[in-house]
Parts: sequence; C-alpha cells; structure tokens
Amino acid sequence: MKKNSNLSVLTRGILKENPVFILILGTCPTLAVTTDVFGAFGMGIAAMLVLICSNVLISLLRRVIPNNVRIPCYIVIIAGFVTIVKLLVQAYLPALYDMLGVYLDLITVNCIILGRAEIFAGKNSVGKSALDGIGMGVGFTLALTAMAVVREVLGKASFAGIAIPVLQSYKIGFLATAPGGMLVYGLLIALVYVLTSGKGPMKKSFSCAGCPSAGFCRAGGCDASGENADATNAKEGA
Amino acid sequence: MKELMIILLSSVFVNNYVLSRFLGICPFLGVSKKLGPAVGMGISVTAVMLLASAVTWPIQRLLLDRLGLGYLQTVLFILVIAALVQMLELMLARFSPALHRSLGVYLPLITTNCAVLGVAINNINDGFTFVQSIVSALGCGLGFLLAMVLFAGLRSRIDESEIPRPFRGLAATLIAASFISLAFMGFAGIVDKLFA
Repeated sequence: MKKNSNLSVLTRGILKENPVFILILGTCPTLAVTTDVFGAFGMGIAAMLVLICSNVLISLLRRVIPNNVRIPCYIVIIAGFVTIVKLLVQAYLPALYDMLGVYLDLITVNCIILGRAEIFAGKNSVGKSALDGIGMGVGFTLALTAMAVVREVLGKASFAGIAIPVLQSYKIGFLATAPGGMLVYGLLIALVYVLTSGKGPMKKSFSCAGCPSAGFCRAGGCDASGENADATNAKEGA
Repeated sequence: MKELMIILLSSVFVNNYVLSRFLGICPFLGVSKKLGPAVGMGISVTAVMLLASAVTWPIQRLLLDRLGLGYLQTVLFILVIAALVQMLELMLARFSPALHRSLGVYLPLITTNCAVLGVAINNINDGFTFVQSIVSALGCGLGFLLAMVLFAGLRSRIDESEIPRPFRGLAATLIAASFISLAFMGFAGIVDKLFA
C-alpha cells in the first residue's frame, strides 16, 4: 500500500495511528466522558463532525492563512464548528448535551482536531484532509467507545444506560471513577501496543510530537519536543 | 468568606481539575518529567487562569448576556485566552526578562490547555459571582500546580524502574497518575465537613 494513498490516509487513523491509543491525543475527553457508552459514542461523533468540517475548511484556506497566525486562525475555525455542533446537539439530543456538559465546548481545544489541522490539513488537498478527518474521527470514536464499554460494563454493570442483570453483583465500581479511568486507559495503551506488536509509531513516552502546540513551542517547552515534532511533520507532509 | 474558602479548597482538593475532572491532562503528562518545568508550568497556568477568569466573566455577563449573544461564548473565550496569553508573554518579555526566561516557554502551550477554557466556562455555568470566579480560578490553578509537583516527584521514580515492554512510557505513567488520583479521592467530603 502506498504511503499516502487515499486508502491509507483513511484507514491509518483506525488502528495504526489511532489518535487515542497510539498518538495519545485528546486525552481529556477520553478520560472524562467514557463512563457511559452513549456519551462516549456521542462525543466521538461530535468530535468527528468538527474534525471533518475543520479539516476541509482549513485545507481550503491553507494558501490564504498566513503562516505566522495560523494557530489562532485554526482555533477560531474550530471554535465556530464546535458552536454549530453544540447548538445541534442541544436542540436534537438534549440527553447527550446534559451528559457531555462542558466537554462539548472543550472540543475546541481537543488536541486531535488542532493537531490534524497543524500536521495534515494545513498541508494537504481537500479530499485527503476530509478522508483524514473521517479516519481519525472513526479511530477516536472507536477508541472512546472501547474504553466506555470496558468502564461501563465492568464498572456499572450496564451498557449505554441499560442494566445488565447478570453482572449486577460483580461490578467493579472503581473502574467508573476518575482513577479507574486512568487505569483502564493505561492498560488499553499497553494492550494496543501488544496488538500492533510495537509496529506503530509508538512514542517511548509522551512528547510534543502530537501536541498541536508543538508547532509554536519549538523553543523547548517540553523536553525533546523539537526533533520529534519535526520528524512527525516531515513524515506527514511528504 | 466561608463560602469562598469552600470554593477554594474544594477546587484544589476535591474537584481537582487534573485528577478528578480530567482537564489539562496534556501538560500534566507532558511537562511533569522534571520538577523545575512542572512548577513553571503550574505557575503559568495559575496566572493565565486568574487573568482569563477576570476577563471572560465581564465579557459574558456585561456583553454577551445583555446582547443575547450567548452562543458566541466558545469562540470569544478562546480568542480572548489566546490574546491574553500573547499579551502576557509580550509584557513579560518587556518588563521582566528574567521571569520571561523561566516561564515564557510555557505560555504558548497554555492557549490550548483545556483547563483554562474549562475554568472560564465552568465559572459561567456554575453561576459564580465575579469574586467567586476569581477564587475558583485560583483554586483550580493551585490544584493543577499541586498535582504537577506531586506527579513530577513520582515520575522520576518510574523512569528509573524496570517496566515490562508494553507498559513502558505512557501506560505506566497513566497507571501512576491513577494512584495519585485515587489518593485525591480521599479528600471527597472533607471540605463540607470542615465548614459544617
């Protein structure tokens, strides 16, 4: 398969470069909204909509936006789409709106969306950016849902709010709490590492490579950021 | 006064932004490798949170609410925070180069820190007054700083230990963060009891 063929752009977000488990982006919603499968799935879809729209628009405007002020421009574009999605959710899915609360607004600063704008959409054609948005969005949704399934089924003995009678006396309440979320996330990262047999671009530890801020913090906010971020950009931009 | 203390203490310990509300996880995991940068990041985040709350609260109450433009909240808040961070950096560079050298590198990172936008939006959603917003921002910032410092201490030990291959790096880090978060759960209920 060619490195940058349409198919690989579309599919790599799902496992090989899964934004949550491999690139370690969007950690906040991953931990916060995964106590419920419905909420997690809704969050994934909402973020995917914003991601696709912002990727397309940013790709369209990539020759217009001056390089120096691109991050503020990206943020405003993303915030606009987040507002649209938020109003739609509020109008048509009030239950989901209550469940996600402030995290719906916080899609604006979700690293995945700004990260894809910075790493991919700002440098690639509209079609490719849309495919990238779909792939990454599906990967994000799947990852959130997977985590929510573990946490809700084992932690609350229910699935998308519907109780599972068999498990009632075996629930591990810890998994549905905040520390449980971090534990499950850590375990799933290790599991995905085993599944991809370490072939993915697994980072040894967290670095700025995937962080959207990397583009303008080369000065060295977090250690060892520069070279990793450059490597990622060079690879993606090719 | 009592009410302000409750807001302050509960946002530092009980509803710690990083450990129980999961806001600002990226810098928490990214800049906690060493104690020095962790403290710098924590202080910068606290300062920006205070400033952002002081500016966004009047914008919401005096501008957006009066004009019925509530839907512009997200767009306007993120713009204001981005502009504030830029201004703070320029002012530090101009008036206090020493401080700029030690904290300046963390400032650009903070624009996209969801904890800052989170505080600004939560202050409005919780219906806080101006003073309460400032106290809550201070509490959240201090809570973030506390979590960073605690975690930086723990992390240096993880890096030295022999960990099975799949867990090396972020997996082990997250599991360690889970234990700190577990410890913070012990604070639940304390604040209410303290002032009961």
